[in-house]
Amino acid sequence: MTAGRRRVSGIPASVARYLLLSAGAVVMVIPFVYLLSTSFTENTFVLTMPPKFIPDPPTLANYEQVVATQDIGRYFANSLLVAVTSTAISLLVSSMMAYAFARFSFRFKETIFRVLLLGLMIPAIMLIIPQFVLAKQLGLLDSLGGLIVFYVAGSLSLNTFLLRGFFETIPGELDQAMQVDGANAWTRYWRLAIPLAKPGLATATIFTFLASWDEFAWALTITNSPENRTLPIAIRLFAGEGNNAVQWGVVFAASAIAVVPVIIVFLVFQRYFVQGLTSGAIKG
Amino acid sequence: MSISTQATGLATRAAEATPSAARRPGPPARPARRRRFSPTPYLFLAPGILLFAVTILYPMVQAFQMSFFDWKIVGSATSEFLGLDNYARALGDEQFWLASGNTVVYIVATVIPQIALGLIVALLLHKRSPVQPLYRVLYYLPVVTSWVVVSLLFRFLFADEGLINFTLGDLLHVTSGDTSWLADRWTGLAAICALGIWKGIGWSMMIFLAALQGVPQSLLEAATMDGANRWQRFRAVTLPAIRAALGFVTVMLVIGGFNVFISVYLMTGGGPAGRTDVLLTYMYRQAFEFLDLGYGSAVSVLLTLAIFVLSVIQLRVFRDRSGEVLS
Repeated sequence: MTAGRRRVSGIPASVARYLLLSAGAVVMVIPFVYLLSTSFTENTFVLTMPPKFIPDPPTLANYEQVVATQDIGRYFANSLLVAVTSTAISLLVSSMMAYAFARFSFRFKETIFRVLLLGLMIPAIMLIIPQFVLAKQLGLLDSLGGLIVFYVAGSLSLNTFLLRGFFETIPGELDQAMQVDGANAWTRYWRLAIPLAKPGLATATIFTFLASWDEFAWALTITNSPENRTLPIAIRLFAGEGNNAVQWGVVFAASAIAVVPVIIVFLVFQRYFVQGLTSGAIKG
Repeated sequence: MSISTQATGLATRAAEATPSAARRPGPPARPARRRRFSPTPYLFLAPGILLFAVTILYPMVQAFQMSFFDWKIVGSATSEFLGLDNYARALGDEQFWLASGNTVVYIVATVIPQIALGLIVALLLHKRSPVQPLYRVLYYLPVVTSWVVVSLLFRFLFADEGLINFTLGDLLHVTSGDTSWLADRWTGLAAICALGIWKGIGWSMMIFLAALQGVPQSLLEAATMDGANRWQRFRAVTLPAIRAALGFVTVMLVIGGFNVFISVYLMTGGGPAGRTDVLLTYMYRQAFEFLDLGYGSAVSVLLTLAIFVLSVIQLRVFRDRSGEVLS
C-alpha cells in the first residue's frame, strides 16, 4: 500500500497536475485566440462550421474599417484622455489625503477615514441614479469632464486606503529629520513621502487607470454624442442589439485594439497587480 | 467589476481594523491634544473630502430621498411625495421578484464554482516551479480584460452557430448542437453564469495562492509523519490556515454577484421579454428607459440593504467558525 502511494505522489502525479492545469489554461485562453482569429477573418467566413482558429484567408479588412470609417482613433484618444486625467487627479488628491491620515494626528481623524471607506462599501452602480441627477445639475452630462469627475470620485476611497498603508511604512524619523531642517509639510510630502511610496503609487495607478479605461455603465448613462464616446461604448455600438447582422470581425478588431494595451500593461507590471490584490487580502 | 470587488474587500477589512485603532486610549492621543490647532492636515484633506462629499456622500443621501418620490427630472415639473409607495410597488411586482430570483441563481451558480475551482487551481499551482508564473498569468488574463469585451465575446461563443454549440454538439455529442442559448431564460442564465465563472476563477486563485503561503509547512510535514493522507492534511492543516481568505473571497464574490450588470445587459439585454433580467438591469431599465428615477432608487436601496445584511451575516459566520478553531 505504502509503496503504491509513493509512486502516485512521484512523477506521474506531477504529470497529472500539469495536464489538469493545462486543460484549464486552454479553456481560459481559447476565447481570446478565437477573438483574435475572428478579427482577422472576413465577415462572410465568420460563424461558419466547423469553426476555424487560423483565418483562411487572413485579412486586415476589419482593422482597416475600424480605423478608417469607424473613427476608432477618436474613441481611443477619448479613453486615453479620460483615463490618464482621472488617474493623475485621483493620485494627487488621494495621496494628499493619505499623507494627512498617515502623518498627522487631528480631531475626528479616524471618523473621517471611516466615512471615506463608505465609498468602498457602497457599490458604484447603486449611486448611478442620484449621480446622474447631480451631473445634470452641474451641467456635466454628455461631456468627458463628467466622466473624469466621477471616475476620480469613485477611486478616492480605494487609493487613499492603499496609500495610507504605504505612507505608514515610511519611518517617521525621516520626516522628523526633514522637519528639523526646516522643511514644511508640503515639501515633506512631495520630496520625501511621494518618492518613497513609488510601489504603492504604481499599484494605485494601474488599478485607477484600468477602472477608468474599462468603465461602461456610467459612460453609457451620461454620454450621448459620438465625439464623447469612449472605447467600451463604441465597441458595444459596433455589436448593436441583435445577433445576426453583427459584423463580428469589426467588433473584435475594435476589442483587440482596446484590450491589447491592457494586457501588455498587465504583463509588464504584474507584480504591482499582485501587490494590490494581496495587500487587502492577507493583512490581519 | 473585479476592481470594485477588490475595493470593497479592502474596505470591509479596513472597517474591521480601524475601530480598535481609533478607540485605543492612552499616550498616543495626548501629545495631539496639547499641541495647538494646526490647519495643515485639513488643508491636505480638503480637495479630496470636498469632492467625496459632493459626488459620493450627497448622492448616497439623495438615493434614499428620491426613493420616496415620483422623481421628475424634466424641466419644471415638481416631484410628488409618495411615501413608501415605490417600495410597495417593487415588492408587489412580479418582474422584480423574477429579477431577484435570477440574481440569486447567478450568485449561487457562480460563487461556489469560483471558490472551488479557484482553490483547486491554487493548490495545483502552489508548488513553486519554473512554469508557475506562466500558468498564473494565463488564469488571470480574463480578470484584467474589460467586461464589455468578454461579454460580447461570450455572446459570440454562445451564438446559434458558435463555438459552444459546435463543441457540445459536433465534437462531444452531448447536445444536438442547435441550442439557442440566449433565447431562453435558463440557457441564457447558464451562458451568463459561465462567463461569470470563467472571468472570476483567476481572481480567487490569486487570493488563495497568497493565503496558501501562510500555511505552516512544519505542520504539514508533521501531519505527513503521522500518516495523514492528502485529504486529511488539507482538512486539518490547510483549510483552517486559509479560513480568513475563504471568508474574504466569499463575501467579495457574493457582493460581486449582486452587482452583475454588464454581462446581462450585453449578452441578453435581460431578454427574451425580461426573462433573464437581474436586479440591476431591471433597475437600470426602470430608471433610464422609463425615466422612473424614484422607483429605480427604491430598487437600488433594497439591493444595497440586501448586500449589507448578507455581508454582515457572512462575516459573523466566518468569524464564529474561526473562533471555534482557535478554542
